[in-house]
Amino acid sequence: MTGTNTPAPRLRAENLTLSYDQRTVATGLGVDIPDHSFTVIIGPNACGKSTLLKALARMLKPKAGEVYLDGAAIASYRTREVARRLGLLPQSSTAPGGITVGDLVARGRYPHQRLLKQWSADDEAAVTAAMRQTGVLELADRPVDDLSGGQRQRVWLAMVLAQQTPILLLDEPTTFLDIAHQVEVLDLCAALHARKGHTVVAVLHDLNQACRYATHLIVMRPGGEVAAEGDPASVMTAELIEDVFGLPCRIIDDPETGTPLMVPAAPKRPAPDDSSATVMADLSQGHR
Amino acid sequence: MSTVRKPGTTATAAPPAVPRLAKPRVISGLVVRTGRGGVSVRIQGRVVAVTAVLLAVLVVVMGVSLTTGDFALSVGEVLRALTGSGDAGADFIVNTLRMPRLVTAVCVGAALAVSGGILQTLTGNALGSPDFIGFTNGSAVGALVVIIVMHGSMTQIALGALIGGLATAALVYLLMIGRGLQGFRLVVIGIGVSALLLAVNSYLITRATWQEALEAQAWLIGSLNNRGWTHANAIGLAVVVLLPLAFVLARRLSMVEMGDLTATALGVSVTRTRAVLLVISVALAAFATAVTGPIWFIALAAPQLARRLTGASGPALVPTALMGAVLLTASDLAVQRLFAPALLPVGTATGTIGGLYLIWLLVTESRKSRA
Repeated sequence: MTGTNTPAPRLRAENLTLSYDQRTVATGLGVDIPDHSFTVIIGPNACGKSTLLKALARMLKPKAGEVYLDGAAIASYRTREVARRLGLLPQSSTAPGGITVGDLVARGRYPHQRLLKQWSADDEAAVTAAMRQTGVLELADRPVDDLSGGQRQRVWLAMVLAQQTPILLLDEPTTFLDIAHQVEVLDLCAALHARKGHTVVAVLHDLNQACRYATHLIVMRPGGEVAAEGDPASVMTAELIEDVFGLPCRIIDDPETGTPLMVPAAPKRPAPDDSSATVMADLSQGHR
Repeated sequence: MSTVRKPGTTATAAPPAVPRLAKPRVISGLVVRTGRGGVSVRIQGRVVAVTAVLLAVLVVVMGVSLTTGDFALSVGEVLRALTGSGDAGADFIVNTLRMPRLVTAVCVGAALAVSGGILQTLTGNALGSPDFIGFTNGSAVGALVVIIVMHGSMTQIALGALIGGLATAALVYLLMIGRGLQGFRLVVIGIGVSALLLAVNSYLITRATWQEALEAQAWLIGSLNNRGWTHANAIGLAVVVLLPLAFVLARRLSMVEMGDLTATALGVSVTRTRAVLLVISVALAAFATAVTGPIWFIALAAPQLARRLTGASGPALVPTALMGAVLLTASDLAVQRLFAPALLPVGTATGTIGGLYLIWLLVTESRKSRA
C-alpha cells in the first residue's frame, strides 16, 4: 500500500491554507486519501490533524487551496449531496433530550429523506443494519441519555453508518472511552473497512493503535505539515517520532500483530544509587 | 421532530394504492406509507394525542369566551351569529366585540409560542425566548417613540413596534456577525441589548407628558382590550404565512439541535437554516407584539410545556402553537371574567403565571445542574 500512486483518489486536498479567524494552522497542506484505505492521521496536539479532517469534511472553509471529492471541488456540491457520499463523526455531538437510540440512528438517514418521504423501506433496512453492526439493535427503545459512554459512541457510529456513505471521517472516535471500548470501536471500524470496502479516515492519539489498524498512516508535525505518509511499517521510525513529537523512543514489533510498536525511552532520572530510599525520594518528588 | 401529519393528508400525492399504517421495529411511533412507498410519513402517537387534546381545550375555552360575559349567549345563538343568521344584538356581541378579540388572542398566542419554540431550539437554551433576548423590548422602543415623540395613531404604534422588533433583531445579528449564530452567545448578547433598550424605554417615559406616559404604560402591559378586526387580520395574516413555513422547517430545526457539525455532516445547510428560522421567529414575535403590546412569558413557557407533554425529542411546533393559543385565550378569559368589571390587561395574568413558571424552571434547572 506504500506510495499509492493510483490516479485521483475520491477524496484529496490540494495546497490547503487552514485557519481559525487570525490563527493559521496549516499552509500548503496536501493529502491524498487512498480509496478503500483505513487512513489514520496522527500528530502532536495542535498540529492541525482535526482541522485537516474538518476541511476534508467541508466543515472548515480553507483560506486557500481546495478539497476535491470525486473530482470536483467539495464546496461546489450541495451539502446534502456531500452527506450522501461522505459521513463525519465529530468529536462531540448533542443528542436531543429524551431521544431514543433508534430515533437518533434514524437521523443518519436525513440526507436520503424528503419532507414526504420520511421513512422508506431503505431507511428501515439501513438503520437496522447499522444498529446490528454496532451491536446497539437491542437498545433501540432506550433513551440515549441512559447509556454509558461506550454505548453512546457506538450509537453515534451507527448513525454515521446509517448514512451509508462510501467515505467515513472519524474525529478521535476513541476519546473518553476506556481501553476495552477503544479497541471495540476500532475493531468495528476495521471490520467496516475490510468487509464493506469503506474508505475510513480517523484521527487518533494512540500511535500504537494507529499502527495496528491503519493501512495508510499520515503523520503531521506542528505547523500543519505532513511529516510522512504511507504504510505504517515503513513510516514509523524512531527518528520520525523524535522529530515530530520530541520524544526519544524505540520502535519494536508488536508481539500480537507484528505492526510497529512505539516504546518511549526510559525516563531520564538522576543516576540511581541502588537503594529503595532513592526510589522513594524520586516518587515523593514526583508528587510535589 | 418530524412534522406530524394526519394520515388522511398523505393520500393526495400518492400512487393509487392505499396508504398503510405500520409499526416500524427500530424507531418510535408509527409510519404511514403508500403502497409503492412513494410517500411515507412518521407519526408520533403521543404528539398526535397531545395535539388533539390541546385542540379540544382550545375549542372549549373559545366556546366559553364567546358565550359568557356581560351578556350570556347560548351556543346556538353564537353559532347563528357566526354564520350570519343571528339577531342584531348577538351579531354585534359575537362578531364585533368577542370574535376579533378571540381571534387576536389565538393568533398572538400561537405566534409567540412558535417564535419562542424556534429561538429556544436555535439557542439550545430555555431562556432563549424573544422576551428575554431583546426583541420584545425593541418593539416597545418602537411603539414608545411613536406614542411619545410622534403622537401616532393605533396603527402607527403597531407599525412602530414592528419596526422596533425587527431593528433590534438586526442589531443583535450585527453584533454577532462573523461569529456565527451560536446559541449561548445569542442569549447573552440579547440579554445585554434587552437591558439597554429597557433603559431607553424608561428614558422615553421620563420625557413624556402625563397623558403620553399613561398611554405608553397602557401599551407596555400587553392587552387584548378593544382589539378589532384590523388587529385580528394583521396577526392572522402573519400567522397564516409564517406558521406553515415554520412547521415545514421543523425537521431541519430538530437537526440543527444536534450541533452545527453533526447537522452539516447530515446534509443540513446550517447557516441558511438558522438565518431563515431566526427571521421567521423574529417576525412572529414582532407582529404579535405590534398588535397587543408585550405579552410576557407565553413565548418562554408554551414551548417547554408542549415539549414536556409530548415527550418529543425535538421542537414539536404544532402542539407548541396550540399551547400558546390555549395559554393566552385562557389567561384572557380569566382576566375578563374573574376580575370583571375591572378591565385588567391580559399581560398581568400571563405575567403572574409566567413568573411562577420561571421560578419553577430556574429551581428545577439549577437542581439538575447540581445533580
